Amino acid sequence: MKIVTGNDLKTGAVTWWDGAAWSLHVNDAMDVGDHSADIIAREEAARRVVSAYVIDASSDVDGIRPAHIKDRIRALGPTVRLDLSLKPADPAAGTWVI
Amino acid sequence: MADVPFRFRSDDVVADPAVTVDAFAAQTNATAVRIEPGEDARALLPFLDRLRLVEVNFPTFTDGRGFSAARVLREAGYTGELRAVGDIGVDQLSHLRRCGFDAIAPSAELDPAEAATAFAVWPEVYQATGDGRPPIWALRHTAGRGK
Amino acid sequence: MYVYDQYDQAMVDARVAEFRDQTRRRIEGTLSEDKFRPLRLQNGLYLQLHAYMLRVAVPYGTLSSAQMRVLGDIADKYDRGYGHFTTRQNIQYNWIKLEDAPDILADLAKVEMHAIQTSGNCIRNISSDHYAGATPDEIIDPRPYAELLRQWSSFHPEFLALPRKFKIAVIASETDRAAMRLHDIGIRMVHNDAGEIGCAFYVGGGMGRTPMIAPLLNGFVPLDHLITYAEAALRVYNRYGRRDNKYKARIKILVHELGIDEYRAQVEAEFAHLQTQGIEPPIAELERIKAYFVDPTFETGLSDAIDLSNADFARWVRANTAPHKAPGYAIATISLKPLGKAGIPGDATADQIRTMADLAKAYSFDELRVTHAQNIVLPHVKKADLFALWQGLVAADLATANLDAITDIIACPGLDYCSLANARSIPVAQKISERFAASAKQDAIGELKLKISGCINACGHHHAGHIGILGVDRKGTENYQLLLGGSEGADTSLATIVGPGFSEDGIVDAIEKATNLYLAKREDGERFLDTYRRIGMAPFKETIYG
Repeated sequence: MKIVTGNDLKTGAVTWWDGAAWSLHVNDAMDVGDHSADIIAREEAARRVVSAYVIDASSDVDGIRPAHIKDRIRALGPTVRLDLSLKPADPAAGTWVI
Repeated sequence: MADVPFRFRSDDVVADPAVTVDAFAAQTNATAVRIEPGEDARALLPFLDRLRLVEVNFPTFTDGRGFSAARVLREAGYTGELRAVGDIGVDQLSHLRRCGFDAIAPSAELDPAEAATAFAVWPEVYQATGDGRPPIWALRHTAGRGK
Repeated sequence: MYVYDQYDQAMVDARVAEFRDQTRRRIEGTLSEDKFRPLRLQNGLYLQLHAYMLRVAVPYGTLSSAQMRVLGDIADKYDRGYGHFTTRQNIQYNWIKLEDAPDILADLAKVEMHAIQTSGNCIRNISSDHYAGATPDEIIDPRPYAELLRQWSSFHPEFLALPRKFKIAVIASETDRAAMRLHDIGIRMVHNDAGEIGCAFYVGGGMGRTPMIAPLLNGFVPLDHLITYAEAALRVYNRYGRRDNKYKARIKILVHELGIDEYRAQVEAEFAHLQTQGIEPPIAELERIKAYFVDPTFETGLSDAIDLSNADFARWVRANTAPHKAPGYAIATISLKPLGKAGIPGDATADQIRTMADLAKAYSFDELRVTHAQNIVLPHVKKADLFALWQGLVAADLATANLDAITDIIACPGLDYCSLANARSIPVAQKISERFAASAKQDAIGELKLKISGCINACGHHHAGHIGILGVDRKGTENYQLLLGGSEGADTSLATIVGPGFSEDGIVDAIEKATNLYLAKREDGERFLDTYRRIGMAPFKETIYG
């Protein structure tokens, strides 16, 4: 699947396009098919996102998994500071990115 | 003839078409020339007497070669119009003035109020760049300075 | 320490107002991201993996306690309670909101700090020797010259859109603690035959994807020509530096392509011309600045004796203190490299930052330094106060005794934080630290400078490590190349890649094999680097891959 990610313009937070808005959670990401360029152009112009780009991802029972490690780290947070990640209570969260 | 929204000279705007540096060197009657980023402003130094306008092009504002070109010309004694053209935003205006440009013609229109703020951004300056502003080090060591 | 006058203050205040206006225009939409990016970078604001990152300048690495305290407060108020000290003596915050950035700059300006030109294609923060003004081996304190250069380079209108970033370091000792020759311009303060002080200019050094050691440009530039000469060097670079390829845009490539002799000839011609332009500040300005860097009032008649009856304290004193020029004083380094997984190289919590500020106030004449090795120095500590200082550090988990040891690892933020990185650096640093901290081997090995970069840009200085590690992306997985034989010191050398890369665990094993070979082969007094230089790469390669 193709999903779109970027950063919130004002806060810098990593966000994922869920079809209607930007979510902090990769599992909310929507398969955008071949519409990424339109979405990125519109949303950047509206200043709801900055530095948006489209990536490959896969989806299974555990959720959505970006194809590249960089985007998995973006989805989780720093693996060396899981307390600051989106899964602060899961000590094994870091293994998901590898 | 290009509109020059920011001009800091009282003489008439030079309407002559600016020719390329190569054409200028070959044409003994041309009075206006346009420098592109890769061209060496020092090539114009033998012709300063007959120059009335030098346009320095900034195809992209992140290419700063034109700043050095302007200083080279002013340091050599050029007193004619020195006009920056191209991809220029309000945030480059004060730097252009400091390097000796006395005319600025951005390719896109700038908000006049934002431009006025930008020209006045620096209360003082750290460097001597030949623009006439006394650098801070000179203010510090001028006897009886007012501040 | 330098203190702003009304002019310096007005300039940083003007910068805050300018950036506040630029940020407003960006958020309101009259400034596009393409136009805004270079402007925010020149205020140290990056967009990183998880958020905006703000890099705050610590000019020549020198800080007062009040400034350090504010750095801690900013970490609490605007970030997530910590900061990261960098290999260019700066500090960066990882979780900044764009809309807060102008307020942070305003808070910094209140204590004479800023983020000016800590990124972007301009002259960056001037770095220097973190022992400046304290070490017995310098000919003069280099920082006044760095301050003169700081003011000259701040908002220099001709040099804000250079081909690429431009880094300057100023030192004044033979012992190079600032990687001077790995800078775009490295300046060493020197004496000429007449005994006068001047500047030796080295140009075209750097790390990154094409590491180069800067050759000598001019062995003696007189002090009253320092700014003029620097301006000439920059103008030639601005004129000829490549703009067609960002990977070939640094001055090292220009110097390499032109040749140092041709580059020098161009600089000399521009220098001769610029001397007619009146751009050099008067020597009185240098004297004004120098007056701020006079020695603190050291007590006299102090004993050099230190009671080393506490073994942990004795270990810390041996590892983390260096000789001071004043009798009875020492230079103390606070390691920001806790052992194993207890921390992240260069990171300090807000509380730790404030504790270091308090300790500097109590024991180091109110002064701290940031080192390029991502540690903090208290430059002027009375030997009689070392024990009390150490106790304060122990209480704050800051008493790791490992300066220049294998666990004193330089590591860039890597793929945990950085959008340029290809692999994570910090977990590798932690695994190495864990492996060597658990044994007595760290002490047996002694000085070993280990440096890790998470990509080819080399922020972790891997080219200059006795052991260097470069993280790469191999088909989507992290892979680590091992390098040996680099040095950023007086004997600057570039490290060489040993062979095929390793996994995260594999690189730790490879380093252990390399250090075992060193321990087996070393002769009296040899550091790892010395042994490597003597026996060469072949035996290491054989041991590691054999």
